Amino acid sequence: MTIIFGVFLLTLMVITALAIVHTQHLFVAVILSGIFSLLMAANFFLLDAADVALTEAAIGAGISTVLFLGALTLTGEAERYRSSSVNRVVALGVVAAITLMVIYATFDKPAFGDPQTPVQQHVAPWYIDTTANDIDIPNVVTAVLASFRGYDTLGEVFVVLTAGIGILFLFSATPTRRKKPQTEQESEVESTAEIKFGEGLRHFLIPQVVGRLLIPFILLFGLYVQFHGDYGPGGGFQAGAIIAAAIILYALLEGEARALRVIPQWVLTGMMAGGAILYSAVGVVCMMLDGNFLEYSVLAADPITGQHIGIIVIEAGVGITVTGVLLSIFHAFAGRRRF
Amino acid sequence: MYYVATIATLITMALALVRALQGPSVYDRVLAANMFGTKAVLLFSIIAFLYGRPDFLDLALTYALINFIGVFAILEFIRRRPNDAIEDDVTKGDVNDDNVVGR
Amino acid sequence: MALDIASWVLLSMGGLFVFIGGVGVLRMPDFYTRIHASSLTDTMGAILIILGIMLQAGASLAAIKLAMILLFLLITSPTATNALASAALLAGVRPCGTDPVMSADKGIDLDTNADAGSLGEGKDT
Repeated sequence: MTIIFGVFLLTLMVITALAIVHTQHLFVAVILSGIFSLLMAANFFLLDAADVALTEAAIGAGISTVLFLGALTLTGEAERYRSSSVNRVVALGVVAAITLMVIYATFDKPAFGDPQTPVQQHVAPWYIDTTANDIDIPNVVTAVLASFRGYDTLGEVFVVLTAGIGILFLFSATPTRRKKPQTEQESEVESTAEIKFGEGLRHFLIPQVVGRLLIPFILLFGLYVQFHGDYGPGGGFQAGAIIAAAIILYALLEGEARALRVIPQWVLTGMMAGGAILYSAVGVVCMMLDGNFLEYSVLAADPITGQHIGIIVIEAGVGITVTGVLLSIFHAFAGRRRF
Repeated sequence: MYYVATIATLITMALALVRALQGPSVYDRVLAANMFGTKAVLLFSIIAFLYGRPDFLDLALTYALINFIGVFAILEFIRRRPNDAIEDDVTKGDVNDDNVVGR
Repeated sequence: MALDIASWVLLSMGGLFVFIGGVGVLRMPDFYTRIHASSLTDTMGAILIILGIMLQAGASLAAIKLAMILLFLLITSPTATNALASAALLAGVRPCGTDPVMSADKGIDLDTNADAGSLGEGKDT
């Protein structure tokens, strides 16, 4: 039955993907990609990958739509139609070649859930056995992510940080065109527009009330996901996205300027760097205590307690960085009116 | 016993997807996407019990809590957008430059 | 046993409501009527299905989580629909069949965007 559900959802996904490619209205594409993300999360969920599904949910449910729409305000909504027949033929050729290669590659794939495949026999059983003894937390995914493969996750955190820095650089550049002096009337128009943009959804009573009611619950749930990651699906990446979603909700309700007054940009920049530094610092502390880099066992007298401390601290670092980066990206998009 | 509800939810997701693909206006699509989200909450709840993994309910809770933020963003987007560029959905027809807004 | 039967009935009824809502979203003539069909799945369908699961969960953490899911769903999804209806109204989507009525006071419909929120709220809920 799982197979049937999975195939059904995958079919819907293919249809959605084709529609996204086909439409020329970018607003529609944004909405459809929201549906695509939901289907993706449902598929992960069916395959028992709750942590990945939760990540997809936390990012796809609110933040990606907000960021896409932020981009659309800057660029415009219709795809610019550009076709030269040579390019099209080349593109078609490349796509056809890749498709054939992928189809050929699937012949080698093992059956779904086959226990005899290398991936099930190589390190996975070792992780599952060792987690119970050495780390002693129920969620093996968190153990693998935060402890066994701590280097990889550190790398991911720095990738997120780099993405955030890149976007801040891109958006802090002031456009050199449009330097012509504004007439008084023009600047007046712009300042009224500024006020109107700055106020958020303050005139919409029901969204306002319900949104404000829910923000604390979303923050609380974010903290729950952050610190419950050892026991159930969750962890720093998901929690960071959920907390960022709560702040973005505030920014939507009250206007982006007010959200910046609550958490200024320098705090966000500090969070971006601080989380990554916190993560690395754990590794350095481990080295000072005569362990290897990121070998949490030396953090406490009892190795298992040491592992627990290490995992909680580095997950906090991940959460801080992700929150900072997502909010910085949001403000970079929302704070910029036009190019 | 969970199968009836699961299948009904899946079929409804497919129907909502048809509405999202058909349009005709963008708001119909947003409505369908939003409905898709709430159906996903139900689907996740049911499947968590169907497979006996009630700790996976966190996922449904995530969607129940933050899925509406996207719709608020859409409302804010429409509110900011110039009034004359909104009327119709251009997926079916040609895209002409009149529909390019925001500059 | 009786609990299982009750749960079965609730889940099936919920599934039925969800399905009817889905058909309604597909078949209703215009945007505002489709909102009505969609709200059927968000309220009655969600309540029945989640109650049905709660009967199976018994008194456990899962039941509390389900109650929270139902609570938040019942708060957020009408709000989202309301915001969406406001957006549509703001963008000038008119309910089908009401054109003569709306055109009677045409003066107010697009020029008062600044406080169109009140217009949007009165409309839908």
